[in-house]
Amino acid sequence: MAQTPPIRDEYEIPLTPLPGLVLQRQFSLPQRIWQQGWVRKGAILLLLALVWEGVARWQNNDLLLPTFLQTAQAFIDGIGSGELFGKTWLSLQVLLKAYVLGIVAAFVLTTLAVSTQFGRDLLGTLTSMFNPLPAIALLPIALLWFGLGQGSLIFVLVHSVLWALAVNTYAGFLGVSDTLRMAGRNYGLRGLGFVLQVLVPAALPSILAGLRIGWAFAWRTLIAAELVFGATSGKGGLGWYIFQNRNELYTDKVFAGLAMVILIGLLVENLVFNTLERVTVKKWGMQR
Amino acid sequence: MHVSTSEIAQLAAQGLPPPVLQVDRVSLQYRSATAVVQATHEVSFDVHPADRFVLLGPSGCGKSSLLKSVAGFLPPAAGEIRLDGQVVQQPGPDRIVVFQEFDQLPPWKTVLQNVMFPLLASRTLGKRDAAERARHYLDKVGLARFADAYPHTLSGGMKARVAIARALAMQPKMLLMDEPFAALDALTRRKMQEELLALWDEVRFTLLFVTHSIEEALVVGNRILLLSPHPGRVRAEINSHQYDLSSLGGAGFQQTAQRIHRLLFDESDQSGAPRTAEPIINFSDVRFSY
Repeated sequence: MAQTPPIRDEYEIPLTPLPGLVLQRQFSLPQRIWQQGWVRKGAILLLLALVWEGVARWQNNDLLLPTFLQTAQAFIDGIGSGELFGKTWLSLQVLLKAYVLGIVAAFVLTTLAVSTQFGRDLLGTLTSMFNPLPAIALLPIALLWFGLGQGSLIFVLVHSVLWALAVNTYAGFLGVSDTLRMAGRNYGLRGLGFVLQVLVPAALPSILAGLRIGWAFAWRTLIAAELVFGATSGKGGLGWYIFQNRNELYTDKVFAGLAMVILIGLLVENLVFNTLERVTVKKWGMQR
Repeated sequence: MHVSTSEIAQLAAQGLPPPVLQVDRVSLQYRSATAVVQATHEVSFDVHPADRFVLLGPSGCGKSSLLKSVAGFLPPAAGEIRLDGQVVQQPGPDRIVVFQEFDQLPPWKTVLQNVMFPLLASRTLGKRDAAERARHYLDKVGLARFADAYPHTLSGGMKARVAIARALAMQPKMLLMDEPFAALDALTRRKMQEELLALWDEVRFTLLFVTHSIEEALVVGNRILLLSPHPGRVRAEINSHQYDLSSLGGAGFQQTAQRIHRLLFDESDQSGAPRTAEPIINFSDVRFSY
């Protein structure tokens, strides 16, 4: 038995303006404060510090685990005497040099890889060979080749930055859509112009991820290398500071040094990379 | 149906201007992982200045491949494509492509920078002149207010407009459009067709337009090339200059649409049954865009 829908009257409603209806409502003040990422992250840090302080007091052994306040005191003292800053600056200088070198090398390798078959094979082979190789394992060889100094540190740091960044950048280049590539070529772009004006910005999310990983790898490798062989030409960095103070059983200073490592990590992550992301890929809607 | 030299001479004698684009017995091949696929077989057609030339055919007729080939992305396996008498060998800024995909706009450039991009990349204009011209064409497509917006904040129709403004700003010899409105919703698509025709009325660009919708072909084009599928071969060339959006559903429009449908799907005309007995609109005429 077929059912037919009933026929109803048509109607039209003239639309009148809506006075007094709020179309947009602001969040309340506490809600807005909690919306800020740094407030939430700060709360987490505060919680961790409280837990630390509690555990250390309960454990009550300065040699094994100084309290948060003792570490903070050692940290402030270290800053005050300029020692901690000096050591950090030394480490950062080496790190930045190697980081920039690594970025340039990665860019050259990936540009070669997108433009020639040989470059592709070269990058593929080299990354699969060297990416799994821990940079620190190259240190003995580097010491042999470049001696005790910045040279060998830079060598292992470049190694730690280069492959992670190259792999990410290349993967990013491969992910650039055909439409964008064709559009770029349509406007007569080729070679380096094509890479710089189309591939690099289009692959920026992956490149930034690679830069992040590369930075973390380099920072780790640097501290580890300094811990292993200490001073470079008489001037030790942050790793050396940690190592020395452990030898002299200044555990609070060891913690202060570690805190510095963490602090720099947080600063670079939040100030440099997050800012970079905010003014590029987030603004462009390429990343949420 | 090839246009031989004698025919060209004949056309010239008729007072026709020389064509902008000559596609001369072009066969295209695709290389897939396991085989070489023949996309088109000896396709020939001429596009004249200010033509709105439509390539129409079912999927697999090689219409998009033909457009890519004209753009210079896909070299013909046989035959020649000539633009103003010069053989097309590589992509160039004298033929700007408007793609279907929304990601044709670099997301890292604002709307204005997007429109300036080809002008700067091809070194056609300096920065200041490029910005001026870009603003002019953005105004033409009604997006002057959005010059500083980033593409991800725009709707699909607005993105399509930016792509069209970008193509027009280059003032290319030819505008190549590869199903530019296929990804839009039906209402927006209709509005874009209307705007495209209004723009053409104003600027009189030469357009090569690929579509799989008979209705869109009749509305947008002044001349339609019908291609058969697998491999693409020329089935017919049909005039459609007399139709626009206001003729949708009219009797003449419907008849031409039915004729195209018959030509494309090779239904024989001599079926015996009087065609006039059929209602003017039936389901086979309603083309959905997939």
